[in-house]
Amino acid sequence: MSAPLLQVENLSVSFNTEDGVVKAVDGVSWSIEPGQSLGIVGESGSGKTVGGLTLLGLTRSRRTTVTGRAMFEGSDLVSMDDESLRAVRGKGIAMIFQDPLSSLHPFYRVGDQIIEAIQVHSPTPKKVARARAAELLGLVGIPDPSARLDSYPHEFSGGMRQRAMIAMALSNEPRLLIADEPTTALDVTVQAQILELLDRLRRELQMALVIITHDLGVVAETAEQVAVMYAGRIVEQAPVNELFSHPMHPYTWGLLRSIPKLTGPRNAALLPIPGRPPSLISRPTGCAFAQRCAYAEDECRVTDPVLAATAQGRQSACLIPHERRMAAWPALAAGGTEADARKVVRGPK
Amino acid sequence: MSEPLLRVTDLVKHFPITRGVVLQRQVGAVRAVDGVSFDVAQGETLGLVGETGCGKSTTARMLARLIDPTSGKIEFDGEDLAGLKGRALKDARRQIQMVFQDPYSSLNPRKRVGSIIEEPLRIHGLLSEGDARRKRVQELMDRVGLNPEHYNRFPHEFSGGQRQRIGVARAIALEPRLLIADEPVSALDVSIQAQILNLLKDLQKDMGLTIIFIAHDLSVVRHMCDRVAVMYLGKIAEIAPNEDLYAHPRHPYTEALLAAVPSPEPGRAGRARALLGGDVPSPANPPAACRFHTRCAYADAICSAEEPLLLQRDGSVAACHHPLSG
Repeated sequence: MSAPLLQVENLSVSFNTEDGVVKAVDGVSWSIEPGQSLGIVGESGSGKTVGGLTLLGLTRSRRTTVTGRAMFEGSDLVSMDDESLRAVRGKGIAMIFQDPLSSLHPFYRVGDQIIEAIQVHSPTPKKVARARAAELLGLVGIPDPSARLDSYPHEFSGGMRQRAMIAMALSNEPRLLIADEPTTALDVTVQAQILELLDRLRRELQMALVIITHDLGVVAETAEQVAVMYAGRIVEQAPVNELFSHPMHPYTWGLLRSIPKLTGPRNAALLPIPGRPPSLISRPTGCAFAQRCAYAEDECRVTDPVLAATAQGRQSACLIPHERRMAAWPALAAGGTEADARKVVRGPK
Repeated sequence: MSEPLLRVTDLVKHFPITRGVVLQRQVGAVRAVDGVSFDVAQGETLGLVGETGCGKSTTARMLARLIDPTSGKIEFDGEDLAGLKGRALKDARRQIQMVFQDPYSSLNPRKRVGSIIEEPLRIHGLLSEGDARRKRVQELMDRVGLNPEHYNRFPHEFSGGQRQRIGVARAIALEPRLLIADEPVSALDVSIQAQILNLLKDLQKDMGLTIIFIAHDLSVVRHMCDRVAVMYLGKIAEIAPNEDLYAHPRHPYTEALLAAVPSPEPGRAGRARALLGGDVPSPANPPAACRFHTRCAYADAICSAEEPLLLQRDGSVAACHHPLSG
């Protein structure tokens, strides 16, 4: 095992709003090695995006409090001053966003925007930078790259814009790319192209990839490790195949059971998670998922579970002993009822 | 088989492209929907799937007569909607209601939920007494899983899933026979999405609704629909019963769409995939003959010379010169 490229330790982000303090990210730890890929999944408001933005200092403001550490190549991104962080941003760690139309400047040619990104970090003659920009557009699969440098963003389709964004992100050969919902705005066929492109670039360039998404399918296709977030915390972390074949946390079970399947028998009814996520201003005591969890008992409403290592280098945050949770999933995966699973989870009384 | 509730024949919508400010000359047309025909039986759910710009939403809007078709027939219960005007059109619309994609922009933020849901009743002059109408609205709210006491709240006080429930309550207020749901869950989180899909299925069972369900998410469509129509660039590529379409796609485009869906099912991830290259061509200037031939792995000379017809082949109907065998 090599040293981690980025090690996030106990990162918390809270926003001071008129309604109270919103704890968007609440003590999150993860790490990624060079060339690895990590998927962060969660629903709206789970803190997955805020976590990513905070690493690059994009949530810094008077009303934001960030604590914890994020060690990137020996220096802490959280305590770093703005000037040094600017040198990391784009060069060490690059980020791409959901909506490629609003992340490209509509008035400037695509090529000029990529050239700008190159010249910000290293003084490069225009001609050299332009050749490099064309090379990058070619690398991300845009046909006739040198001619397309002179196109405006509106002349590109959604998929091409996202490719251009990726080209720009790659311009300074970052060691880590954070992709925040990179394919949510795209059609499935284009999504498949972009996911394959990200995967290929990661392998060819040995660039680590953090992919933030709400789509479990996207994670399954691109990530090696997966962290599931709920109400600002990681509730489960596992290698991708393990997570989908033996999920350990009741929230992950709920997510997997609520999505319709593309193969196998059709269920009569989907099995949604009742209720909705808790307020991040007044987090309930005990486990944040307890009020929606079919297996919660009195203790879950009092004691806050910690993310603890279980078998095979996996982690999950749940008070139920993990052996019992392991035993409950196969029946649930086959469409079994929560009442039956509860007997397995809670053991004989 | 009895008469279908809805029969669409050769439906066309061309949006003109014009040049000039005062004297607008038409220089072309975006062929959003270009000759679409299908039937929907009473009580059935028909899925319409396809990529952005394939014409699925335009088709839906024509069925509700929110936009006028360029040509073609929309027969609803034996009556052609395409030519209806004024009073007759208003009457027909009572039978056909829509649920929209975005639960934020489809509800008036300055109106109270009660008045949003009762608006269709008011427009159609039903339950003119305030008390009776209010009672009906509260029944509807209860039916879709909202607290009837929240009658006086504004849309912003509700979450995305609850707002979509308001949209559904408004759509079923007139007890329509046909419900057109245009991407009803794509703006919602997965755990909430399942709640709305279950609600739609329940309502269908209780009210005998016929549903046209539009979505880009193929696994949601598989869950909801009895039959599925796949659209590509304004035309139907394939229509088939649900099980057949997913197990044995006939049209190469359907196959490619299915292959592109990322899926968290163990065993499906990491499979070899035939990826579709390129983007959807512009509907203002679609490829000649088979519209899919520019991206199709199986295309040969005939595909760029002759337009394939929608032909029936054991249960599935596909428009392809080289249909895949099951």
